[in-house]
Amino acid sequence: MDKMPKWADVVLIPVISILLAALISALVILAIGENPVEALNLMVNGALGSTYGWGYTLYYATNFMFTGLAVAVAAHAGLFNIGGEGQAMLGGLGVALFCLYLPLPHWTIALVVAAVGAGLFGAAWAAIPAYLQAKRGSHIVITTIMFNFIAFSVLNYMLVEVLKPQGAMDPASAKFPAATHLPSLHDILAPIGIEFSKSAPANVTLFVALAACVFVWALIWRTPLGYEIRALGKSEPATRYAGISSVRIIMITMLISGALCGLMAINNVMGEAERLVLNATEGAGFIGIAVALMGRNHPVGVFLAAILFGFLYQGGAELALWSSIPTELIVVIQALVILFTGALDNMVRMPIEKLFLAFRKEKA
Amino acid sequence: MTAPAIQLKGISKAFGPVQANKDISISVAPGSIHGIIGENGAGKSTLMSILYGFYKADKGEIWIKGNRTEIPDSQAAIAAGIGMVFQHFKLVENFTVLENIVLGAEDSGMLMPSLSRARKELKALEEEYELYVDPDARIDEIGVGMQQRVEILKALYRKAEILILDEPTGVLTPAEADQLFRILDRLRSEGKTILLITHKMREIMEYTDTVSVMRRGEMTATVKTAETSPEELAELMVGRKVLLQVDKVPAKPGKPILEIQNLSVTDSMGVERVKGIDLQVRAGEILGIAGVAGNGQSELLEVLGGMRADRGRISGSVKLHGSELPMTGAGSDARARRDAHIGHVPEDRQAEGLIMDFHAWENVAFGYHRDPAYNAGLLMDNAALRADTERKMEKFDVRPPLPWLAAKNFSGGNQQKIVVAREIERNPDLLLIGQPTRGVDIGAIEFIHQQIVELRDAGKAILLVSVELEEILSLSDRVAVMFDGKIMGERAADQTDEKELGLMMAGVAGEAA
Repeated sequence: MDKMPKWADVVLIPVISILLAALISALVILAIGENPVEALNLMVNGALGSTYGWGYTLYYATNFMFTGLAVAVAAHAGLFNIGGEGQAMLGGLGVALFCLYLPLPHWTIALVVAAVGAGLFGAAWAAIPAYLQAKRGSHIVITTIMFNFIAFSVLNYMLVEVLKPQGAMDPASAKFPAATHLPSLHDILAPIGIEFSKSAPANVTLFVALAACVFVWALIWRTPLGYEIRALGKSEPATRYAGISSVRIIMITMLISGALCGLMAINNVMGEAERLVLNATEGAGFIGIAVALMGRNHPVGVFLAAILFGFLYQGGAELALWSSIPTELIVVIQALVILFTGALDNMVRMPIEKLFLAFRKEKA
Repeated sequence: MTAPAIQLKGISKAFGPVQANKDISISVAPGSIHGIIGENGAGKSTLMSILYGFYKADKGEIWIKGNRTEIPDSQAAIAAGIGMVFQHFKLVENFTVLENIVLGAEDSGMLMPSLSRARKELKALEEEYELYVDPDARIDEIGVGMQQRVEILKALYRKAEILILDEPTGVLTPAEADQLFRILDRLRSEGKTILLITHKMREIMEYTDTVSVMRRGEMTATVKTAETSPEELAELMVGRKVLLQVDKVPAKPGKPILEIQNLSVTDSMGVERVKGIDLQVRAGEILGIAGVAGNGQSELLEVLGGMRADRGRISGSVKLHGSELPMTGAGSDARARRDAHIGHVPEDRQAEGLIMDFHAWENVAFGYHRDPAYNAGLLMDNAALRADTERKMEKFDVRPPLPWLAAKNFSGGNQQKIVVAREIERNPDLLLIGQPTRGVDIGAIEFIHQQIVELRDAGKAILLVSVELEEILSLSDRVAVMFDGKIMGERAADQTDEKELGLMMAGVAGEAA
């Protein structure tokens, strides 16, 4: 069969999907008696109109890059990791324990140590469902979902019983030592003369996330391990023929996936809150699924989709703040984007494909 | 003269730049078996898909029984009396035969009346055409031959006058195939028209009345079967002279490479598939394992190829070059087998031998992807892979020679050439090869057979498993017959024939060798 050009596949179709989602969102906003143009204006200005807005958009995007990459890596092996939320929570626990109990003289060392802690804890949390899948055939979707709930309980216990400072009322750890505080984009950009908002949470972790994108790309498409991961995702009997151990690949893939989710904690726990709170992940683990779906499991796609969802998160928050549009509607808008870019992909793809074919025939 | 059952006039169909069917005209007499033969990718399936309403022709007309007929979808095809039996059956595995036959042809909101009516009608059909099946058996409990009968009955139940069969014997044993042709013969005598798509010369020569040959989207000839010969048809198909017999000198067997003693294999369900067999393959010879599919040959190949190390139980001794080959634990997986210079062309190239979504250049390393030649430091050396692919594609005449094409976009024969190239070019001491030419076109069969013989002549040992008796006889130097997990006997290939082997395959002949 004939195919349409690649640019249409990777650029045109997502753009049309987003426009459709925006159109329906606009209709919904109209239906509740608000002005969609004004709403869009608020969102764009709030998310992209100032370095403050950008600071938040990029902060959220950093979270989504980690979780999106995690889902993408697992997807290449044919595994659906829904446990990003729990793995990121446990990553936060790792960060908190390492930051609070290890002597860390400088933020550079703290970043590396905390990253190790985050990765280890995230990976460990993914290891159990991975083992159950690899050895026992328990479906990874079920086990990772259940592990999200367990993670929440573990975190709750740790915060209330172990990490909460004496006398404090809320279930949160103590503030991390000042030496572990990561430089924000303001701190990084000031020396080179760029004025960036001081209060926005985007921080050095953004560059760790970008490095993770490059790492995942190289891993999946350049290393023999990535080759084996993709082979397993495409055909299990073939890996048996080729002498690739599916048990080994499932374990390694899920460890990497869990570690990526865990790494998110250096952004939200260490970079932003600078202490561990109960609901630190704010659903980023689940957004990662949508990000990977929209990004076609490719790091470049994940990067772009993460920025888009960062924009939706920050723009939505601004919208709720400055207009009378209820917060529930922001969730509706986000859901519409997920629906159109992910689930209804073929609805847009098929007519466009036909259009291209018809057009080409005319020319021929 | 009665009007032709089917008449196609000037059918053309293009997929983008590829002209799948070019100005095809054909006329099929009612009450005949009309064969359509051609290599994979010649356009047979496209033509049949047009006739069955899956594709719409760009140009041309379809006439059924003298009437111009539009066939926009398969419903219209069924209404026009056309039934199709696909190569891969379209049956619901956990439904009964009866439920499958009624599926899609229910005539009321409630199922029971349809089913009981169908039961009566099915009985009438069975008697009329001697097509007996148990209506209450579940599809996953009956054999492929039976499943195919269900497909035929499905078409007849929908009042088909014209039956299209696409490669119907691809999955059948010789005995099942014979039964199928008896059924087709019967259908013909009842006045049905049958279009038989195949690339097997024997079926064309023995069972068809007329035969049309397709090559590269064109109908190159339509002839009476009685007035042609296999050689002529092969030449029409391929466009050049083809060797139908394998051209080889007598084997000069050397020392034993593979020695199997008392090997038993039990699968993970606890069923003993291989029951204490002894075999030996020597350097410079081809040992062919004949047998009806499902008698333990697949398991034998898989065990030797290291694909069963973590499943079921394996006992007995397998020696390579005189030293024991581990069957379980360390060194028993497929990777270790490759390190021991055992090449393996698996029986199912699409599920096992290739990753269909991978590019050709990725598939050329499959199983050997950790070889230093394909790696540079931590990363894979993609440039080296592509260079290697180009070289192999040229040597093995893979068409089209495009390393970037995904494996699934090659024809069956060219897919197999990629697998065979990968395994033979490693120059293995022992080559395990299963169903080397299943679903492969004539031109490629000839080529693949030559490559196997060349490897033999280079002093390598080859273990061949095939359900095609013809292939076993023409390619092997020695033949062992497997039945019910046991070796029924061994024969020198030039001192036996299809009849003797056929009896052994049915478990008749004793252990006497």
